[in-house]
Amino acid sequence: MKFATFTSAAALVLSTVVLASGAQARDQIRVVGSSTVYPFTTAVAEQLGKAGGKTPVVESTGTGGGMKLFCAGVGVDHPDATNASRRIKKSEFDDCQKNGVTDVVELKIGFDGIVIANSKSGPDLTLTKTQVFQALARELPGADGKLAPNPYKNWSDIDASLPNEKIEVLGPPPTSGTRDAFLELVMETGAEGVPALKDLKKADSKAFDKVWKSIREDGAYIDAGENDNLIVQKLEANPKAVGIFGYSFLEENASKIKGATVDGGTPTFENIASGSYKVSRPLFVYIKKQHVGVVPGVDKFVEEYVSDKAIGEDGYLSSKGLIPLPAEERTKVVENAKAMKPLGAEAF
Amino acid sequence: MTDISSPNRVFDVTSDAARARVRKRYRAEARFRAYGIAAIGFAALFLVALITDVVYRAAPAFTTSWLSIEVPATPSDIDPKGDGSVESIASGNFDAPVRARLAELLPGANDRVARRQLNALISSSGTEGFRDQILRDRDLVGKTVNTRVLLSDDADLFVKGQATDVVERAGAGQLTPSGTEGTITLSGAPPLRVSGFASADPSTLVRISGGWVKITGQQDGVLTGDVMMPLRDTAAADWKLVTFETSEGSRRLGDREVVWLQTLTEQGVIERSFNWRFFTNGDSREAELAGILGALSGSLFTMMITLVLCLPTGVAAAIYLQEFAPKNKWTDLIEVNINNLAAVPSIIFGLLGLAVFLNFFGLPRSTPLVGGLVLALLVLPTIIIASRAALAAVPPSIREGALGVGASHQQAIFHHVLPLAMPGILTGTIIGMAHALGETAPLLLIGMVAFIVDVPSGPTDAATALPVQIYLWSDLPEAAFAAKTAAAIIVLLLFLFIMNGLAIFLRRRFERRW
Repeated sequence: MKFATFTSAAALVLSTVVLASGAQARDQIRVVGSSTVYPFTTAVAEQLGKAGGKTPVVESTGTGGGMKLFCAGVGVDHPDATNASRRIKKSEFDDCQKNGVTDVVELKIGFDGIVIANSKSGPDLTLTKTQVFQALARELPGADGKLAPNPYKNWSDIDASLPNEKIEVLGPPPTSGTRDAFLELVMETGAEGVPALKDLKKADSKAFDKVWKSIREDGAYIDAGENDNLIVQKLEANPKAVGIFGYSFLEENASKIKGATVDGGTPTFENIASGSYKVSRPLFVYIKKQHVGVVPGVDKFVEEYVSDKAIGEDGYLSSKGLIPLPAEERTKVVENAKAMKPLGAEAF
Repeated sequence: MTDISSPNRVFDVTSDAARARVRKRYRAEARFRAYGIAAIGFAALFLVALITDVVYRAAPAFTTSWLSIEVPATPSDIDPKGDGSVESIASGNFDAPVRARLAELLPGANDRVARRQLNALISSSGTEGFRDQILRDRDLVGKTVNTRVLLSDDADLFVKGQATDVVERAGAGQLTPSGTEGTITLSGAPPLRVSGFASADPSTLVRISGGWVKITGQQDGVLTGDVMMPLRDTAAADWKLVTFETSEGSRRLGDREVVWLQTLTEQGVIERSFNWRFFTNGDSREAELAGILGALSGSLFTMMITLVLCLPTGVAAAIYLQEFAPKNKWTDLIEVNINNLAAVPSIIFGLLGLAVFLNFFGLPRSTPLVGGLVLALLVLPTIIIASRAALAAVPPSIREGALGVGASHQQAIFHHVLPLAMPGILTGTIIGMAHALGETAPLLLIGMVAFIVDVPSGPTDAATALPVQIYLWSDLPEAAFAAKTAAAIIVLLLFLFIMNGLAIFLRRRFERRW
């Protein structure tokens, strides 16, 4: 019976494969996490692979998703490191501790700027964080101090100095780390610039949080998906639209788009590194110390990542768009990494 | 046979009214045909537009640029231990002699920044070919070797004409330079008609006495500029006006790099060849090194697992349901569920794979094994439905004939019905597989959306698949990856054409008429 032979042969092949894989120990580093840090970690991974040994596998799962996988436990079934476009949260750290991931080493690798940009053929924008907040918040305090739906239709309604164009902002969706950072860096400080909300923060900080975390849904803000290249293409096609994305995309597409000045700082490499452009965030990689010596190469990975040729002033990561740490801070990060000092509860 | 026409009504087919009705019917038919042709033409137009666009975008990815130069194989650099052994040469510094040679070809890069810019013209793995050449023939140590060095992706884009257009015009009269290096003035120039000298304007350069000067200002016939390539002397000489049409602020390569690349092109040391690396390499963060082989083999292993799993199971299920199962409410329920399953969004299968194969069975993440298992679940309903239709299409006379000569029910099906249904089953399977090949969503959840450099050698090695590779490349900021993305789309389309071609071939080959 040909058919039956084929079936049993197939079943046999499959079960061997399954069994063989189950017993295998891992000899390849696995990294998960943020899509913002992905271009940098992949470059490090590739360098490590070229130096010999297996190239680490880097997965792009988003910061939150990465933390969840990372903190799920210790052992070869769990990743060795996770990328994060924000610091680990207390709740995530507790989750790690609960699952036995007690020794987590934090590497701060550099900065990423978030830019507000529009097409080269559009008007030059000079904004303040408060103006951006007023343009994008779902609710704003009215004349009586009560919260009402955002009344602004055009940029010039907010401030006469801004162009008389419809507010049309393309930005990252709620799942994105860029969105989280944008909310914290721009919307929160922007909201504090509105007097009525400053009072609200004192009176009821939860209600205040709700105000700056809510982005309007009446069509002025458009979720453009995780693909920043797509936002760039849309901006090029529509000079009236404004987009929000990571600095490296502005740098790579300088021929098509230009960044807006925010709170007096223009988004340039130097300004982000020096801190005079305020809309920037630190990027992190978290390492599971318990995997050093279990999965070969974890220590080498850390060594390569914090080496001067990677995150240094002229390192290869800076040519990939990472904005390096100031020299002093970098020395501290390198020391920390060499000692593999785990994060403690006192860090929060 | 009874005459069904009514005896009371007489039809005169030659009357004007009747002729008009016939004409109307013919017109309706002609219109319908025209609609059909228009619909097909419209679809074909879109297909042609799509494929032309993809091919046009992908074209640059299929060639690559090299520097073909004579490099001295200096023993102190490439044979650090000095014993000429393989280990010693493998650990040698091959970048140094190549960089030194490049600095000879392009004089004037004296400070550290300029040196770094110059070195950045070469790919980070550009000298691997040189190393392999020496390793193959170790007698070459100490001699001057003619070798090829891979250019970086930005330099490659310029060679392909995608960075900027270079326009050269002869200048009137002669210019007198004030120096040969640094910031100099050029006197005796007619007024230049340019929009400006900022980084947002097209770059204006002057070629004179074998050097290049970037003009930064003009006043009363005196041009001020920075020397990009040193001049031979300060004698008055003929000159040429060169414009880089894309402004410096709008491209990745600075004016200096463009000058260098233009000089190298004129020296005839840049050559272009077919990009074999694209088909032999795994993924890379350097666009000039990135290849499709990793994703292609990942897809192949995934498809293999899917086929091995779902063909036997799907066909067995179809045979049982179609030929053996009793018709009751249970089999009806199963049938309805299979039909529903065929319409379930693919991401749901990914979630199922995550929960069952990864979390419960603990299979390794990011592997073609798990990908194949998930896609097998996705394709199974399609195969069962197609196989049942193929079995049902075999005429009952075949079955009855077999039973009539004394075959058992099973023998009748396996010896007579199944072989006749095979072309239909195979077509259904291959179309299902082609569907699975293009799936990205379920692979997202089981970790196949990852940066993987090593080409997988088996179904349990970490791997990505073709559509995932397209998605990953499309998201990278480097301009050269746009062409790679389009090229990967072409590879995926070819893979699909081959699979569909196979389906047609199998159908033709095994088709039987009765």
